[in-house]
Amino acid sequence: MTPLSSATDNSLAQIVRGDDRQPPSSTRLHGRKGWIASYQEVWEYREVLYFLVLRNLKVRYRQTILGAAWAVLQPLALMVLFVLVVEKLLAVRSEGVPYPLFAFAALVPWGLFSQSLTLGAPSVVQDMNLVSKVYVPRLLIPLAAVGVLLVDFLITLAILFGMMALYSTAPDLAALVWIPSLTLLALVTSVAVGVWLSALMVMYRDVRAVAPFLAQFLLFLTPVAYSSNLVPERWRVIYGLNPMASVVEGFRSALLGTSPPAGRMLAASAVVAILLFGAALTYFRRVDRIFADVI
Amino acid sequence: MNVVAVRAEGISKCFRLGAAVQGRLTETLWHALGRPVRSLRGNGTPRREFLWALKDVSFEIYEGEVVGFIGRNGAGKSTLLKILSRITEPTEGSFDVRGRVGSLIEVGSGFHPDLTGRENAYLYGSVLGMRKRDVQRKFDEIVSFAEVERFIDTPVKRYSSGMYMRLAFAVAAHLEPEILMVDEVLSVGDFTFQKKCLARMEQVATDGRTVLFVSHNTAAVSSLCRRAYLLDKGRIVAAGAARDVVGQYVAANQAAQFIPIVERQDRRGDGSVRVTGLRIENAAGGSISSSSRLKLTLDYESASPLTDARFQVTIHDAEYHPLFLLDTDVEGGLPDVVPARGTLMCVTDPIRLTPGMCGLMVGVHQRGTLADGVEFAGVFDVEPDGFFGGRMPLRSEAVAVLHHKWALGEPDDAS
Repeated sequence: MTPLSSATDNSLAQIVRGDDRQPPSSTRLHGRKGWIASYQEVWEYREVLYFLVLRNLKVRYRQTILGAAWAVLQPLALMVLFVLVVEKLLAVRSEGVPYPLFAFAALVPWGLFSQSLTLGAPSVVQDMNLVSKVYVPRLLIPLAAVGVLLVDFLITLAILFGMMALYSTAPDLAALVWIPSLTLLALVTSVAVGVWLSALMVMYRDVRAVAPFLAQFLLFLTPVAYSSNLVPERWRVIYGLNPMASVVEGFRSALLGTSPPAGRMLAASAVVAILLFGAALTYFRRVDRIFADVI
Repeated sequence: MNVVAVRAEGISKCFRLGAAVQGRLTETLWHALGRPVRSLRGNGTPRREFLWALKDVSFEIYEGEVVGFIGRNGAGKSTLLKILSRITEPTEGSFDVRGRVGSLIEVGSGFHPDLTGRENAYLYGSVLGMRKRDVQRKFDEIVSFAEVERFIDTPVKRYSSGMYMRLAFAVAAHLEPEILMVDEVLSVGDFTFQKKCLARMEQVATDGRTVLFVSHNTAAVSSLCRRAYLLDKGRIVAAGAARDVVGQYVAANQAAQFIPIVERQDRRGDGSVRVTGLRIENAAGGSISSSSRLKLTLDYESASPLTDARFQVTIHDAEYHPLFLLDTDVEGGLPDVVPARGTLMCVTDPIRLTPGMCGLMVGVHQRGTLADGVEFAGVFDVEPDGFFGGRMPLRSEAVAVLHHKWALGEPDDAS
């Protein structure tokens, strides 16, 4: 046993002052992986994803009184708010569907998206240790953040079915096709936004302020509290550039029989969602390599 | 079977200091907007500061080798390990790592305070690259290694820092990668746990796994590793047999002892006690020689009186082999409580060392945790003298001498 034995090496690096040379740009790396290899790696590390999702789930509601009930209370509270303000005060029509149902059917997919924004964005920064002290594919971190929301989504969906039973409303069989595909569209959009913002936040902490604001902002640009019928016909395609507009409208239409989103609007949404997804992964991949230095 | 497990070719890593590339978006914008103004003023672009944490580092490590990387704080050891474990990318150069890598840069990164010990063990295990079933299989072993049986279902935020580190290391210690990269993590917890960790490391090393071991604990490097690299300011300045490289490191550090110990910054420990002075001299006066008794004087200070304190001074040779340990934890050592500041004195028996350089390393522990630690806290030269009336052997022949007598016996002595 030597007298010196403890603590870690806190590197006080040597400083080279006044060296004006730019760091050379030529980098030859064997360690760098291609697109396919790096996603294969994400697959290899899938157990980490599982444990991260599990951790996020446990941590989120540990030491809370209401626990997982929060997943349901948030959209329910918003629904009540919409009933009071939008239905009663503004007298918005809900296409013959009971307004609470009208609003809640939209809040189910909306919650997935908006939480992906607010919880996905800070995910990588919060898990700084997983970035700078150990190697795991960093993409797992925002994926785990969104993964948890999928659980919330399923819980609120179950509540929605319960509400529909209370109102004696039943969806037709087409919903069996529509709901999974719209959920996929919502998921692609949510993952894209979560992944992108999480990487952006590593670079710019401004995102911390922007993300919740963006979620509020988009709530009004999405037909959650109102019907997209209120949007003039010629603006529908542009309106559909927000993929969640189609998701929300489609959900309602599939489950409650309101008017379905226009085909062009749906197409615009799908294209935007896929582009967003590709762009998010590209951006993440690009900045991933400097995460540990910047974070 | 000389298969290369890790190869690095000209790895360099450059950090830019204080520049506005990252940070807030507005800073970047301001920087861009300000450029024409600055160039009008004639200062051009501001002088940038670059920090080359690593510069042109190349090496090859073969399968089954245990290789140490030593160097002072900031020499680039940790950066190198981060590059090889793909946490960060090199600015220049390339590397190749063949095999499943387990890297321990900092134990317990990935632990979540709100999760229980059990939950964290699984999460951390998977983060380090273990499969769930591996963790399951070794779970009992991990828990008993960490000595946290009773608390395994308690959130780790209620753990003492020692328990926390023990659990984290226990998980890491049961990782079975082909290539293990370890950064200074052996030095956690108390004495007995450290010993356990070191034993575990030795076991891994003898298992035929490739191990890259980063440390400035040169004693650990020379005992664990066969080969070592010495890093200084981001460059490899020495390579070879661990013993030789450690020797060079010690020699290079002898310059450090001219800085008074009170001003030394490269300390370890929690800082609750500071050694402010350390002098070693011949108890009888004059220069130190083989037959001298040493007189050691150690000044220390602390905010409050010390309880359960233990002072240790190791005397080592130029190759960093420990020769003597002067320890207050002996019979008639220190009382249970010692004043907040004071001076300790210690006089030894004749040292009987052969001529050569010796170094000192000092550590203060309080209640089993390291409070202050300084390597190369001093050196002294042992001069030859007529200790046993003969030619004094060289250091390379023997480290110490002892009195001995010879006799000539009869060849056919009937007895």
